[in-house]
This record gives sequence, structure tokens and C-alpha cells, in this order.
Amino acid sequence: MLSRDGADTVRKVEPARATAAVAPLDPDSRAWVRGLGLPSGQRDMDVARLHAFLLRAVRFELGRRRAALRDVSAAELDDMAVQAADDALLAVMRKLPTFRGDSRFTTWAAKFAILEASVKARRRAWQHREVTLEPEAWTRLAPAVAASDPDEAERLRGIAVAIREALSPHQREILVAVALNDVPIDVLADRLQTTRGAIYKTLHDARRNLRAHLASEVEP
Amino acid sequence: MNEPSTADRLLGPEPPELGCDECFEFLDRYVDAELGHEVALCAACVSPAECTRQRHCVGMRAHLQGCPACAEEHASLRALAEGGLR
Repeated sequence: MLSRDGADTVRKVEPARATAAVAPLDPDSRAWVRGLGLPSGQRDMDVARLHAFLLRAVRFELGRRRAALRDVSAAELDDMAVQAADDALLAVMRKLPTFRGDSRFTTWAAKFAILEASVKARRRAWQHREVTLEPEAWTRLAPAVAASDPDEAERLRGIAVAIREALSPHQREILVAVALNDVPIDVLADRLQTTRGAIYKTLHDARRNLRAHLASEVEP
Repeated sequence: MNEPSTADRLLGPEPPELGCDECFEFLDRYVDAELGHEVALCAACVSPAECTRQRHCVGMRAHLQGCPACAEEHASLRALAEGGLR
């Protein structure tokens, strides 16, 4: 899951907030915000409508991932969809005061549904798969492609040297798992009991070290 | 879009780059801007073309190149929004 405190972002780039104006809400977004902002008891129909919307978004996302979930029964998939929609509803209601109208309300709300569904789907797809951390896998890179693409093999030979000389063992593990073995970043975060942002920060730092090492190799 | 080579996946995008948290925060506005929705108002960034001159949108683009999970979620939200959110 993404951490929400922003403490583990890769690099603080200057957001446009200082010059951004709060956009006037379009009529549909205004209706959503007004209805959901009513006191409890008066907003029940709007909340139910939002939940139905989020459930459709979740099912859309799970449908896109059906191939990766082919061993999941229809009943389990339906449970997963309802759970994801419930979690997305909680997130939307908690974050509603922060909605600024920079996007359509439905786009804003749907991203919570997509996130919840994606995370659950990736976790379920990897539930019975071992996440192998193979920090030495990079040593087999160049030989594997040498015959089919000599130029790529040459690049990989240089990268392999940089991996050996410029990365820590932990950075190698993360780089190999995510960039070579396609382990989803949030699955890896779960297994290592950390956050998705922290894993990406490690990946980002490893890549930066690789590029710096490669650049230092070509400097006169 | 072509799959990046193994070398490109290892090296990732050039910085500056957003983190996953900022990517999630800006994702809805980014998608609406990509689709040209008029409500995606932002004084500093009103279209993908304009984004190329704004660091945080360049950072978003770089992050989507470097983070497979966020890229998947971006593709899904965009596909959903393109299809019409009801």
C-alpha cells in the first residue's frame, strides 16, 4: 500500500501548488461533493451511489487483470471486488475534504478504487508464489542476450559491473526483484514489511548510482 | 508502446522523478489533462504539452516509466475515464 505521509517520496520536485488556482467544480462534481458532505443520515443515498460507482470501477480493474487471476473463483473474485470497493469508499470519504476540483470527482474517486483493486489483485496473484531475492541474477544478464543483441549485451556488461561496484546488497535485491523478475512493488513491500514508496526509493537510488557509475566510466 | 529493454528497465528514467505517493496524489488530474477534460484546471499545467515545461508533470511521466505498479494504475484509470465514468 502506498504510504500517505509523503515522507518516502523519491525526490521532492516543485509542485505547482503555489500558482495553482482551485478550479470551480463542474456540476456533476459539485453534486457529488454536496451530497456526500451532508450529515450522516442525510447522505445515505449518495454514499450508496458512490459505493456502486466504486464497485463498477473495481470490477473494471479486476476484469483487466483476469488473466493473472485465472485460478481465482468467481465467488472469491466477487468478495475481492466488494472488499476493494468498501476500502475505496472509506478512503474517498476520509479524503473528501481535500478534493480541490483539479480533476473530475469521478476520476478522483475512481483512482482509489483502481488502487485498492490493483493492490488486492497483485497480492492475490502472488499469494502462493515465492518472491526470490536473487542478488546475483544480474551476473547472467549479458550472456543471456549476447547472441541476439550484441549492443544490448555490451550495455548490460557495463551495467553488471556498475551493479557489482556501486550498489549495496539490499539495492541489488530490490533492483533484481522489480526490474528483472517483475515482482510487483507492493508485493515486495509486503514481503519485506515496508512501504511501496520505500521500495521505490531504494530502486530509484540504485538506478541513480548505476547511472552515476556508468557516467564516471566514460568521463575522460 | 514498445517494452523497454532490460538495460532501460535497470537504469530507469532520468530524474527528476516523483515518488509513488505524489504520483497517486496527481494521478487523477494527470489523466483528466491527458484526456483534455476542461475541468482539469491547474494554473501551472493545463495539458500534456504544457506538462513538458512543468517539472512535476515531467516527474510524473518519468515515474510512470520507472514504476510498473503506478504505470498499471495509470493505464487503468485512463482506460476507465476514456470509457466514460458513470
